[in-house]
Amino acid sequence: MPRVGLFVPCYVDQLYPQVAMATLELLERYGCEVEFPPAQTCCGQPMANTGCTNDAKPLAEKFLSIFQDYEYVVCPSGSCTAMVTHHYEELLHGNPAYESLRKKTFELCEFLVDVLKIEKVEGRFPYRVGLHNSCHGLRELRLGSGSERMIPAFNKAGQLLSGLEGIELVPLKRPDECCGFGGTFAVAEEAVSCMMGLDRIHDHEQAGAEVMTAGDMSCLMHMYGLIHRQKKPIQVMHVAEILAGRQPTASTTNGK
Amino acid sequence: MESDAVTQTLTHHEHPENATAFVANDARAHWHDQSLWFVRSKRDKAAATLPEWEELRARASAIKQHTMSRLGDYLEQFERNATKLGAIVHWARTPAEHNQIVLSILQQHGVKKLVKSKSMLTEECHLNPFLERNGIEVTDTDLGEWIVQLLGQPPSHIVMPAIHIKREEIGELFHKHIGTEKGATDPPYLVDAARDELRRKFVQADAGITGVNFAIAETGGFVVCTNEGNADLGVSLPKLHIACMGIEKLIPRAADLGVFLRLLARSATGQPITTYSSHFHGPLAGGELHIVLVDDGRSEILGSPEFRRSLNCIRCGACMNTCPVYRRSGGHSYETTVPGPIGSILAPSRDAKAHKSLPFACSLCGSCSDVCPVKIDLHTQLLTWRREIAVRGLLPWRKRLSMKFARILLGNTWLFTTAGRIGRWLLPKLPRFLVYNRLNPWGKQRELPPMPKQSFRELYRQRKRS
Repeated sequence: MPRVGLFVPCYVDQLYPQVAMATLELLERYGCEVEFPPAQTCCGQPMANTGCTNDAKPLAEKFLSIFQDYEYVVCPSGSCTAMVTHHYEELLHGNPAYESLRKKTFELCEFLVDVLKIEKVEGRFPYRVGLHNSCHGLRELRLGSGSERMIPAFNKAGQLLSGLEGIELVPLKRPDECCGFGGTFAVAEEAVSCMMGLDRIHDHEQAGAEVMTAGDMSCLMHMYGLIHRQKKPIQVMHVAEILAGRQPTASTTNGK
Repeated sequence: MESDAVTQTLTHHEHPENATAFVANDARAHWHDQSLWFVRSKRDKAAATLPEWEELRARASAIKQHTMSRLGDYLEQFERNATKLGAIVHWARTPAEHNQIVLSILQQHGVKKLVKSKSMLTEECHLNPFLERNGIEVTDTDLGEWIVQLLGQPPSHIVMPAIHIKREEIGELFHKHIGTEKGATDPPYLVDAARDELRRKFVQADAGITGVNFAIAETGGFVVCTNEGNADLGVSLPKLHIACMGIEKLIPRAADLGVFLRLLARSATGQPITTYSSHFHGPLAGGELHIVLVDDGRSEILGSPEFRRSLNCIRCGACMNTCPVYRRSGGHSYETTVPGPIGSILAPSRDAKAHKSLPFACSLCGSCSDVCPVKIDLHTQLLTWRREIAVRGLLPWRKRLSMKFARILLGNTWLFTTAGRIGRWLLPKLPRFLVYNRLNPWGKQRELPPMPKQSFRELYRQRKRS
């Protein structure tokens, strides 16, 4: 039985508990022994992406001390996972414990597909779904092939979702354009950020999506904010919620 | 420095201000985004026709890295071989030196009028205004560049300099400058009119200036890629040819050209190859060929392990076409000669303070790194620049302070959970104007997420108990 330390992004812990709960249930369904170490807070990405390496470093050290003894570390966010696997090197280099942490830290879909070798998720989700490919998951973790690279197409979240009964993944005009969240970018470049978000939403709308899903709740938080302000009918759900069998009721998604 | 006088007369704005102004015209911003996305899509189709695309990128990247690792040797080899072919090679450390060298050559030949094909380097050096101040008429012969020249604007894109200008505006511009019919917007008609006018300029020119796409150390020759044939014509009619190039344009062997020419046009415009790939080996019979090699900060970039790979750039513009921020903020919002992702790395290398907002004009989506034909790790370098800007104390105080605050709040589990609990309880109780006001840029166009009663850690604790 794989022993998993559940790494929950700080804003998911506080604002989207249902996403972390779905992740926990999903991992348990596939036989993992999951523990949420309560000392965890934030991986330090907001500081690191602003250039404040010195402010990010103590958080990286804290993270390492909390998670280093688990067999696996799994996180329902490509972006926070990429922070640990791709950007901690700069903050923790030379630390042998980090080298081992890096190798055992996985984004949720990546863990399900590559480690647990799940081929088909049982369940039913009879909706038209638009899959938003969050950038760090796509282009840093390589959870999918990406439209830029000329390699055989694959998509780990898409592969898991398409196994659900009744689901229809709708084709987007721009399958992997950024939604414009980008952390502090969302406020520092507010105008471009919101235009990018609205463009993404329109793409899902024109494709007929009823639900927009993604591996990162941060992208969805940004797009939910735009959707809700403009009172659009499209709903947002994290991939973990759909895979765990949740259905798009207004109360779990748009908070109405 | 002489060349900077021009840029300094313009009012300087940070990228978000310029971007906000561009986005404010929603229809135009969307038109701009669509035009460039169309080019990106063409690039995808063209790249997909080559099964070895990723291999080519890797090869190109390796060749460039190798070249940069011994750039001094290759430059000297190039100089020797170019000189053997009869060219005269000049070295310029700064834009001012470059401009002075070009001017003296022109003055020695009594040049009054010259034609110039596209050269981002001469844009970087602000050569046109310098020559004009010295009484020389310069005509940019690349159609897009000529359009922006007539408008008195800098290019907004390195491959498609007038991509931000609509057909109707070109019709109006041509009506004013070359007397086309008022209201005419038909592209073939406008192009024909431009061709007539430019032909006159070609015939009258005493000298031709070109850029350089690739200079080959082993042969001393160089290649200029155009779609309009304007480089060839511009240096075939006059006897004097001046080619201006940044020192990073070098490749070791003629055999390497095959790799780069296949990548360049496909990445730039989705064409299998540029219409003209003109090879120059020495001067025309009875003519003169000058090659000006310009550093302008490149040696400094070469000396920095983090940013060295930005010198691999072959100026295809693919990173601009794919950049979701560039497409929606326009090239002029960067206030640099080279805009977009690569420009946001190159510009702070020259002046970090003036361009400190550029590395943040990026959502770190990473698309640029994946389209780049020479595999520059663009988004990683942009992130590294953010760190540099913080280290040099150039971050705005609000950003610096909020990150210090975040470090304290997020570094302590009790503080973090307590602040979360209070926030989730308080926020829904506050009157709307206290939450959504001008101090909250998030809320200008976006709602905040609904505040759940319990955090995950609270639910988890309960679940474990039961």
